[in-house]
Amino acid sequence: MIRRPSLITYVTAGDPDISTTLDILKVLAKYSDLIELGIPFSDPMADGRTIEKSHHRALKSGTKVEDVLRVVREFKREHENPIVLMSYYNPIYVKGVGRFVRIARSSGVDGMLIVDLPVEEANEYLDACYRNDMKTVFLASPNTTNERLRMIDEASSGFVYLVSLYGTTGVRDKLSNLVFDLIKRAKSICKKPLSVGFGVSKAEHVRKILKAGADGVVVGSAIVRVIEEEGRESCDRIDEICRELRKGLIFH
Amino acid sequence: MHGGAHKINNTIGQALLAKFMGKDRLIAETGAGQHGVATAIAGALMGLRVDVYMGAEDVKRQKMNVFRMKILGANVIPVESGTKTLKDAINEALRDWVSSFENTHYLIGSVVGPHPYPTIVRDFQSVIGIETRKQILEVEGCLPDVIIACVGGGSNAMGIFHPFINDEVRLIGVEGGGKGIETGKHSASLCAGKKGILHGMLSYFLQDEDGQIVDTHSIAPGLDYPGVGPEHAWLKEIGRVEYVAVTDEQALRAFLELSRTEGILPALESAHALAYAIDLAKELDRDCTIVVNLSGRGDKDLDIVMKEVNI
Repeated sequence: MIRRPSLITYVTAGDPDISTTLDILKVLAKYSDLIELGIPFSDPMADGRTIEKSHHRALKSGTKVEDVLRVVREFKREHENPIVLMSYYNPIYVKGVGRFVRIARSSGVDGMLIVDLPVEEANEYLDACYRNDMKTVFLASPNTTNERLRMIDEASSGFVYLVSLYGTTGVRDKLSNLVFDLIKRAKSICKKPLSVGFGVSKAEHVRKILKAGADGVVVGSAIVRVIEEEGRESCDRIDEICRELRKGLIFH
Repeated sequence: MHGGAHKINNTIGQALLAKFMGKDRLIAETGAGQHGVATAIAGALMGLRVDVYMGAEDVKRQKMNVFRMKILGANVIPVESGTKTLKDAINEALRDWVSSFENTHYLIGSVVGPHPYPTIVRDFQSVIGIETRKQILEVEGCLPDVIIACVGGGSNAMGIFHPFINDEVRLIGVEGGGKGIETGKHSASLCAGKKGILHGMLSYFLQDEDGQIVDTHSIAPGLDYPGVGPEHAWLKEIGRVEYVAVTDEQALRAFLELSRTEGILPALESAHALAYAIDLAKELDRDCTIVVNLSGRGDKDLDIVMKEVNI
């Protein structure tokens, strides 16, 4: 689903509103090898303050799950960048897992990442994704055992998402040292592409992570922070940030 | 009931576990502050640092308990996100824990959250049921006909139900009916919620058609949670326990009635169980035995009651 070196960008759908999301996606498309689009959720536990607030802004603007799929359909009319939906499990679960995956796939969604669904509990979901040719992405963190890394690799048909640190999403000044051990360990175990996220916010981070052997990097909060500050007028600064991040891919 | 409620049964147990695991810090979520106070007590007793996450709204509403926690040496962290209540405090505690688990134990206060928390909390709280069984056999010479307990997250109810699950005893859980189920302003997840997944558990939640967790209301702060422990969900589905709801108004009436007939101020949470017992007793034979789990004292609720009744 991704090839080395890949820049993956994240925004929450509907932040600040669903029509601006489409404009932002078009900017991200210029620089991103893959885009993660978040389904807003009332209780985004794995997210730090920046993305958490973005979920609440999106809900406040009235964003529904069907709006998220609609924006994907509209985006896909003109763009080919793969889209991975990032979601908490409840919105998917209440719609019916099989039904949701089928509709999402037919809307143009290429893959899904359910933040709070451990691979051990994912049989129904995996089955639905397999039947609908939906790629899957699971998370592994620095304290994930080798045995679980193997399971996660096997369950992830898209790529494996390595969480760079112990904590939530959010802009950090420095990369955690844990990430380098994790990349090394994952490279020796996983067969799928590896992308690294959480706390990745600068071109320098991107370069170091790719140099350590990862195939892709995910940047979310650094982009979402712009939306927090600029609202509907975010596109120019997001363009700048992405162009800068892209530089990290050149000399890795 | 040191600390004012049953919560201490669980916090002492989990604080011992934390010490055994070599952790030197406890974190907890609290709604009304009862579990926060109980965690602060356990931390003070065992020399563990305590940080309590509490919704900013609750910090305002429950000043006394915030002060109590501080006196006990705990640090209270107001949570400004989401609805600024209990569920957001849980989210924030989970966020803390993913980065601090190496030296920190997350001391969850009810039979909720990811496995094995619901069973850990149930087992520590089952001291209530074990003691009830012993005492009722001494006093009545037989098991009770009915046991009634209030259900928010459901820890006091699980605690008293668990040792009676395999007996022929009618078990009833009473949820916060708020201003009435039909108004939407309540916290009755089992009576009016749908199946969902939150905080690492599959259970019943108050949510909209998109799976967004909705605001709850109950006059009893301890019942004001949009979910419920997964074992309650199971007991409901197999039909072993009946779950009902009682409104704020009924609970208030029961609060006053117990205060005036027996000189006991019950917690508003427990007053829900009591209200249902008073109604049910009218339908049952005179020789039936009903046990009501009076899981907390009402001192903490005087501010709320003062606003609601003219005395």
